[in-house]
This record gives sequence, structure tokens and C-alpha cells, in this order.
Amino acid sequence: MSEKLLEVKDLLIEADIDGEWKPIVNHLSMTLERGEVLGLIGESGAGKSTFGLTALGYAKPGCRIVSGSILLDGDELVGKSDAELRKVRGNKVAYVAQSAAASFNPAHTLAEQFAESPVQHGNITMAEAQKRSVELFRQLDLPDPEHIGERYPHQVSGGQLQRAMTAMALGSDPDIIVFDEPTTALDVTTQIEVLGAIKEAVKARNVAAIYISHDLAVVAQMADRIMVMRYGDLIEEGDAREMLANPREPYTQELLNVRAQRGGRYDHGKEELQLKIENVTARYPGTRIDVLTNINVEVVKGKTVAVVGESGSGKSTLARVITGLLPPSQGSVKFHDRLLTPDLRSRPKEDLQRIQMIYQMADVAMNPRHKIKDIIGRPVEFYLGMKGEQREQRVLELLRQIEIPEEYAERYPAQLSGGEKQRICIARALAAEPELIICDEVTSALDQLVAEGILDLLLNLQKELHVSYLFITHDLATVKAIADEIVVMYQGAVVEQGTKAEILSPPYPPYTELLLSSVPEMDPDWLDDLVARRKRGEAPTAESISS
Amino acid sequence: MRHLIAFWEDLNISARIGLGIVVFFATCAIFAPWLAPYGESEIVGDVWEPLGGEFMFGTDQIGRDLLSRLIFGARNTMALAIVSTTVSFTMGAVLGFIAATRGGMTDQVLSRVVDVVISIPTLIASLIVLSAVGTATPTLVLVIGIIYAMPVYRIARAVAMDIEVMDYVEAARLRGEGLWWLMTREILPNALTPLAAEFGLRFCFVFLLIASLSFLGMGLQPPLADWGAMVRGNADGIAWGFMHPLLPAACIAALTIGINLLIDRWVHKASGLRDDQ
Repeated sequence: MSEKLLEVKDLLIEADIDGEWKPIVNHLSMTLERGEVLGLIGESGAGKSTFGLTALGYAKPGCRIVSGSILLDGDELVGKSDAELRKVRGNKVAYVAQSAAASFNPAHTLAEQFAESPVQHGNITMAEAQKRSVELFRQLDLPDPEHIGERYPHQVSGGQLQRAMTAMALGSDPDIIVFDEPTTALDVTTQIEVLGAIKEAVKARNVAAIYISHDLAVVAQMADRIMVMRYGDLIEEGDAREMLANPREPYTQELLNVRAQRGGRYDHGKEELQLKIENVTARYPGTRIDVLTNINVEVVKGKTVAVVGESGSGKSTLARVITGLLPPSQGSVKFHDRLLTPDLRSRPKEDLQRIQMIYQMADVAMNPRHKIKDIIGRPVEFYLGMKGEQREQRVLELLRQIEIPEEYAERYPAQLSGGEKQRICIARALAAEPELIICDEVTSALDQLVAEGILDLLLNLQKELHVSYLFITHDLATVKAIADEIVVMYQGAVVEQGTKAEILSPPYPPYTELLLSSVPEMDPDWLDDLVARRKRGEAPTAESISS
Repeated sequence: MRHLIAFWEDLNISARIGLGIVVFFATCAIFAPWLAPYGESEIVGDVWEPLGGEFMFGTDQIGRDLLSRLIFGARNTMALAIVSTTVSFTMGAVLGFIAATRGGMTDQVLSRVVDVVISIPTLIASLIVLSAVGTATPTLVLVIGIIYAMPVYRIARAVAMDIEVMDYVEAARLRGEGLWWLMTREILPNALTPLAAEFGLRFCFVFLLIASLSFLGMGLQPPLADWGAMVRGNADGIAWGFMHPLLPAACIAALTIGINLLIDRWVHKASGLRDDQ
């Protein structure tokens, strides 16, 4: 038996891009020892998922393994037939996907799906699988481990489902588990529980793991060694603690410094009240539960109000009320002390012009059949009445303002990168010459470095144009960087509200403390410390708050 | 030109056969007056002259050249089918988009009316209506257009609803864009591919309906050449052992199969199904 559990040598993987085969993993090698956790870090398109999945001998559709070798316990995986690989997958190497909700079959109970892998590989019987499932559910800290296996996927929460998937992966007693961004889709507070449970279970069973993520702070908690990837190449590799303390490559340093706080907010002098949301309560038509209760928020000209909350807190719904897509059942929205009609369709064009919105997913926020110059040009024509040559000039001006080259005007959205698309959306909002821009999670779908660029752009535009932002986000790091005032929402109500200085300095109000403590930090011991503190009752948990 | 080559390369063998058949018949239809050896209603020989010989496909039940009638039949039937399909598509798509964009009461009323009309079997409905209002060609176009607008409505509405929930449509709404803009500039460009595939499919159905109506005497009236009517007209010849009615029937079958083969590939692409390795 060879010492190294997994040995990947000089692997070249190509993908079929527009009819041409291009390399996406460039002659990379990795080794994995028994019980070791390897972190693979990179931005989207770095090739980390593609590379990590080769431990399963798997190439995604549209990709092919061209050359190199993958030795799993001395056994060569490259060139094996599908039937032979099936014996390995789920058995010796298991996989935990990013979205547990998409990976579970909604028609079967959790215990049934748990049993699929070990029973099929002939390791144990169904009855034994049931017993093992209870044991693993308990180890992963799932509530009511004896009976939770009887539930269907839709009857458990996202965090619980992710842990159930980890249990499933551990079910056949694999040698390696590949975790592909397992907590990216979860809220920050849920993420802690899942990370803690995974780390404990993996350590207890001495399973080796490959942890793929774009979030360096999260990987820092889980990995013994880290590999940093970019565009299919290896940038840096080394011991986790070493790398975090002393990153050698500039790219790694950039990734580490990403959460740097910006100092010095620009002062606009006297305060002019722009938007006033008073006692707003709202519910979706035909339902009986209020999604927003008694919201009071004010936005001052030229400043940024950050609305923070987790999924389901009501922050996006608040944006819908402001823009008139969801009329409130009580309360009012006033702009410069003038009442805005609750329904969008009865608002005059001037009102519509003053408040613009930027969406989270730039891919769907722009019509794929419109050219960039039309996407930006339409608001220019619609609101400001400019046509022909004048309109063209204004579009070029706006492109310059968002730092996009003029040639892009003739392109279609699909030809732009994620960050570029979001910039176009910003230009579209600016084209209307608004006073208030609602940014609905505008950086959440972008890589960290690209998101930095967008935030910088937004701050510069604010300085130049004195435009106000209502910045909706779930990411506290962004809030720290950009907000003047903070509104914290939880389950449809405002739980904390105040200036950034008030909210983000101790003593913290309870929910804020929970949110702040849940944000991963670059310290490798952070997770263990937090879990220990929570057990001792020194740090808040979701249960302690709601009591 | 590049697009045409790309289109051709995209098709598999059955779709290429289909394309060949369709192009063949379309050429006959367009160049009919130049291709046909004799006139459409010209009596040139004896009744039911045999195939081969002076007239390639013989003569029909009154002595007109069958080949010329087949060629003109292609033109008449296909022209009628295209016009009817276009009418049905315009009506169905416009109503479907309106229902999807307005939603609420408009959607409910339109959808229920369509449900009622759709539940009536097509052939019977057309027969009843046509026997009441007569079979002048414009009437025919209108009746068939309305009947086939219903399934088009359903599909257009479904496609539009998928597009309508996209953020870019909401962004247009927030801007204050009106119904017309939303339908034509936001939704339509993204709905073209599935709708175009649907058009081909509907053309098939319309074509068969016209042939069936003509066979039953309710479609194109004599002396206009129409394949369905020709099958009927020559039907008695079967008793005498003459093959003449089989020729227009074969043409109907060939064109329908050809379109189906072609459209199959297109619909498969438009639906976004992946060809996994």
C-alpha cells in the first residue's frame, strides 16, 4: 500500500470552448495523505472544481482528461472504464455538492438516499445502513437523529440538508471526500454549524478531504494544506497556517487583503432627507403572513444605507415596496416629502426616474438580445428624450464613467464577463440620472476581487454624483466597507438600526453580535474557538437569540 | 452565407432528407406556371389515361394532366397553408403575449375562452363553421387561422411567461415601459426560436387539415387544384385498378413527413435539450 492516498501527476484537462479544445487545468499535480484536508482556492474559472473532481476520475461534460495520471491508493484512474470508475465513486471517494437541495431526490426520504451508496457497493445491508445513518446524523449534529432520516428533503432546512449530504458521503466509509463549495449557498450563521459539523466528523473518522471554495477565510478553517489556483495554473501551495501568515505570491496576498476596510467617508455637508419609509407593513397578495412589519427607514442624500439580513429577512421585499412592485398594506413611502403612489403603474415618469435599481445577477438583468448601446441608451432616450447622435454620445460618456471601453457598445451581454456585466447595469441605472439607487445584492454573485472593483466604482460615483444608495446585502464585510448607516433586518422586521459607528462597535445588539461573530476570519483557529465558545455559552447562537 | 452553412452542418441525416423534400416541393410551388407542362384546368386527353406514355402521371377523372395538377396543387395548398399558419400565429402569439404580460383577469378570460375552443375537435369544428359560412378562400383562411390560433396561444403564453419573470423584464417595467414595448422588444426577441420551431409544426397540421377538408369537399373548390380534392376526385378510379388517386396522397404524405423530419431537429434544438455524450 503506497503511502500517499492520492497522487495526481501532471494532469492536463481541456474543455470544448466554442468548438476549440482549450486547456483549463494546466499540467497540475497534487498529493493527498490519509486524513489530510487539502484546500483548493480560486476564483470562478480557475479550474478548482474541475481539478478537485479528478479525484473521482470525473471530467465534467464538455471536458476531457488529455494526459497525466491519477493514482488512488496506487490504482490508476485515467483510462478506466465507466463500470470500473463506478466501483470507486461513492465507495472509496465520495462527493458533496454545492447545492444540497438540487442533489437530493425529492421523492425519497433522507435515510433511503443515505443507504443508496453503501448498500449498492455491497458493503452493508439495508438494516445496517439504517443504523449507520442514525449514528452519522448524530455525529453531524442533526436534530433528532433517530427520526430525521424518515423525513423528505423538503422537510429539513438548507443547513440540515447539507449536513445530511455529508453524512451520505461518509456512509460508505470513503477514503476521500471531495467538498465542492458546500457552504457557499448558505447563510453566514448556518454556515458555522455546517462547517463545525463537517470538520469534526472528518477528523473523527480520519477521512482525507479536498475542500474546494473561493472563500479563503472558510478554507483557512478547514484545510491543513492549501493550493491557490488561477486560470488553470497553480499560483501557490503550502501549509495553511504558513500561507495565511506569510503569503508569497502577490495574487495570494490580494485574496487575503480583500476584506480591507475603507477609511474616510466623504462629507457632503448639510443633510437632505430623500427617502422616508414610514411604518410600512406588507404582505404578498392572497397570503396571510406579513413579510414586512412596521419598517421605518430614512435615506439621506449622498449617503449609503446598508440593509443587512439573511435569507428571508425581507430586505429584497423592502426594495420591491419602495419601487412600487409590492404595494404595502400599511404605511407609506415618501420621496422628498412627497408621497409615492404604492403601485408602480400609477407613478409618473419623474418618480420612476429618480429611483433606479441594480440587480444581483447581471446575466438575467439584461435582455440577451439587446446590444449594450441599446441597454444603456434606452433609459437615456426614455427619460431624457435624447435621440440619435446626442444619445450615442451620452452612451459613450457613461461607458467611460464605468471604465468600460467604447467598443463594447456594439456587443451583446453574453460577450462580457461577470464584472463587466454588472458595470453595464450600473451604467443603465446612472443613465436615468437618478437620485437614489437601490443595489440589491449587487456584489454577491461576483468573485471577491471583482466585487472589490465594483464597490470602488460605486463609491467613486457617489463622490462624483452625490447619488444615494440603498445597499441590500447579507455580507457584513461589504457593509463595513461601504455603509454610512446600517439597518439590520430579521424575519421581516428591523431589529437594529443606526450609524455604522453605533452598530459596528461594542456593545453589540444581540442579533448583530450573532451576525458579526459568524463571519469567517482568516485565522485558522477561528472556527474551533467559536464552536467552543458557543458550547460554553459565551457566544450567541440562533437558538439563544430567539428565546 | 456562413449562417446557412452552419445551419446545414447542424442537421443530422434525417433532417437533411426532410429539408430536401421541403425544398423540392417549395420549388414546385413557386415555379409552378413554368414547370407544369399543361394548364391547371386544361383538358388534354382522355379520362384516366395510364401513367407513363404521353402524360407522365396520366390524366385525372376529367382528362386533365395529373402532373400539372400535382404541381399546381402544391402551390395552392402550400400557399393556403402558409397564409393560414401566419394568421393563426399572429393571432395566437399576440394574445398569448398579452395574457402573459397582463396576467390577472385578462389572462383568465383569454385562457378560458381558448380552453373552450380548443376542446372542440378541429375537423368537426371547421366542417360546421365552413358549411355555415361558405368556403370562399378568405373565409377558409380565417376559419383555419382562428382554430389553430388556440394551441399557438398556449405555447406563446407559456414561452412568454418563462421570459416574463426574468429580471430584465422587471427592469423594463420599473422604467415605466408600456405593454407594447414589453411584448415586442423584451419578450419577442427571446421567444423567436421556440416559436419558429412551433411554426413549422403548425404548418404541418394546417396542411393536413386543408387536405382533409378538400377531400371532404369543404376546402378549396374546383377547378383549383388541391391534393386532397384530387384524391377524392380520382377515388373512383381505384375500383377500376387505376393508381391515380395514390399520387396526390403520396405527395401529401411526403411533404408532411419531410416537414416533420426537418422540424424535429429544430424543435429539439429550440427546447434546449442537451445531447449528452
